[in-house]
Amino acid sequence: MTISRRRFIQTTGLATVVGAVGAPYIAMGATKKVVVVGGGTGGATAAKYIRMADPSIEVTLIEANPHYYTCYMSNEVLSGERSLDSIRFGYTGLGKHGVKVVNDTVTGIDAKARTVKTAGGKTFHYDRCIVAPGIDFKWDTIEGYDANVAEKIPHAWKAGPQTALLRRQLESMRDGGTVVICPPGNPFRCPPGPYERASQIAHYLKHHKPKSKIIILDPKPKFSKMGLFVQGWKDLYGYETPNSMIEWRGSAQGSNDNAVVKVDAGNMSVTTGFDDVVKADVLNVIPNQKAGKIAFAAGLTNDSGWCPINLHTFESTIHPNIHVIGDASIAKGMPKSGYAANSEAKVCAASIVALLNGQEPGTPAYVNTCYSIVGKDYGISVAAVYKLAEDGSKITKVSGGLTPKNASAEARKREVAYAHSWFKNITSDIFG
Amino acid sequence: MRIKAIVLTAAATALVVGCSTAEKAVDKASKAASSAAAKMAPKAKPKLLSGASAAMLSNTCAGCHGTNGASGGPATPTIAGLEEEYFVDVMNQFKSGERYSTIMGRIAKGYTDDEIKAMAGHFSKMEFKPALNQTARSATGAKLHDEYCEKCHEDGGTDPEGIVLAGQWVPYINWTMWDFANGVSKIADKKMKKKFDAMIAEHGKKSITELVAFYGSRSK
Repeated sequence: MTISRRRFIQTTGLATVVGAVGAPYIAMGATKKVVVVGGGTGGATAAKYIRMADPSIEVTLIEANPHYYTCYMSNEVLSGERSLDSIRFGYTGLGKHGVKVVNDTVTGIDAKARTVKTAGGKTFHYDRCIVAPGIDFKWDTIEGYDANVAEKIPHAWKAGPQTALLRRQLESMRDGGTVVICPPGNPFRCPPGPYERASQIAHYLKHHKPKSKIIILDPKPKFSKMGLFVQGWKDLYGYETPNSMIEWRGSAQGSNDNAVVKVDAGNMSVTTGFDDVVKADVLNVIPNQKAGKIAFAAGLTNDSGWCPINLHTFESTIHPNIHVIGDASIAKGMPKSGYAANSEAKVCAASIVALLNGQEPGTPAYVNTCYSIVGKDYGISVAAVYKLAEDGSKITKVSGGLTPKNASAEARKREVAYAHSWFKNITSDIFG
Repeated sequence: MRIKAIVLTAAATALVVGCSTAEKAVDKASKAASSAAAKMAPKAKPKLLSGASAAMLSNTCAGCHGTNGASGGPATPTIAGLEEEYFVDVMNQFKSGERYSTIMGRIAKGYTDDEIKAMAGHFSKMEFKPALNQTARSATGAKLHDEYCEKCHEDGGTDPEGIVLAGQWVPYINWTMWDFANGVSKIADKKMKKKFDAMIAEHGKKSITELVAFYGSRSK
């Protein structure tokens, strides 16, 4: 592996600092400090697992919101299958593990001084910092759609009030109305999410507003678990029949024919790259994505808008001593999923515990498991077990795959029960 | 003038044929491209890092099975406190398909014998906490247990040798037993197979429901 000139200078520069300041600091037995920026899936998991592995490390987690709403299972809120409260999690569980939770917004990270500053005027020193800000939206990519318009036309891609808004709109829609879902281009948080969303909304409409329709305007030629979703839509929602509840319009590779390029909020319509104007009763626009705001402020992103990292430790390849996990990171080989963020957080936590104790980080192990609920008693999944390539270039899948296409009805039913168990266990693993 | 990619618009039946054809074409093209790349690339399969610690491997299971293997249910089994040998056997049965699974077969194949052994050792040391099932105790189930199961699954199925049955999540043991009864999963242990078959022969498959209700009623 080659080390760039810039990185080499940074590393040696840092070594000098550690030599001068760090060594006596450790010798005096000072408490080692980790600051976690962001209390979502990745951040909360990392904070908890560092404390579980080494309670001598002081862990401070800084999060702007008093609660976290999981994006996963939020589609079941849209269909009315679960309440918004059931996807809301607080931080008292982390407190029991000795994590100091601070309700504040991080405004800047000084990689040289190793400090984190907040809107509340506080400064936190760290030996290692974990940045887990999730995603932000590229608002400038769709004409007429920005954070203000999203208060009326929700993206609902960060769960919470946005989810509640979209649910209310679905509830008040007339029977015979059209729901238009506009998924983002790759890469984005939760690749099967928009299609599970279409499925869950179809599930609701089928039982409450059966004359209604869902149109998916997709900038992509294919999507995650596509074969299984299409099969599920055929089995449950008349897909590929004249009465299909769901209509998916994809865009050929390199075209933006069915991508939404413009939103007319007043007229409740969208315009595609092919100049089609599609009118909606309920409109869900999920814009293209990039790493969360603080990742940019801290200079942790590259030209792609995401954060390059060492795949073994999740340490930023731009700023030493700062680790980036979850959706914001470029975890080559892993999807931007909740389970992936949880798994990455554990690899990162173990690495940080080792490094702060003067040890080499151990061999990492990663897993992803992702369920989608297509309808009643109809669950599908994808799973993968990964190992790191010896040269550190990729997190490589060693086994896994999709629910078989010929899975029995009984198997699909069990997958729903396992999906709900997944949710219960992963959220308790993160916040409990 | 551009021509719209009609083949990707999957609304009417006529267009749908085009859709699946296009999908296949995309698949075919990407497969051809990747196989061409594989031929050109000298290292198609990169060497992978092995030797992750037992804790590192085991912590990846928590997302489905709960922190330290204690599942909050309602269906995924608790794997904390499983006997080492049992853990290894079942993982290998998932791998081979001898034991039916929805997802575990896909996952089990990702681990070597040594890795499975390491995880088995890890979880065997974790404390088994009974599931919070809401099942009413079945007296018939208790009788069936005494007659067919108690000899190995001692103390009313609370004995930690093998798997603790009493206090396990009900859907999991229910499905597992139905899969045994329907021949979807193989019972590896000969003695158990004999006993299980005898129970079904003498009391019918409905005996499973009673037995499961007995195991599910354990509260602590």
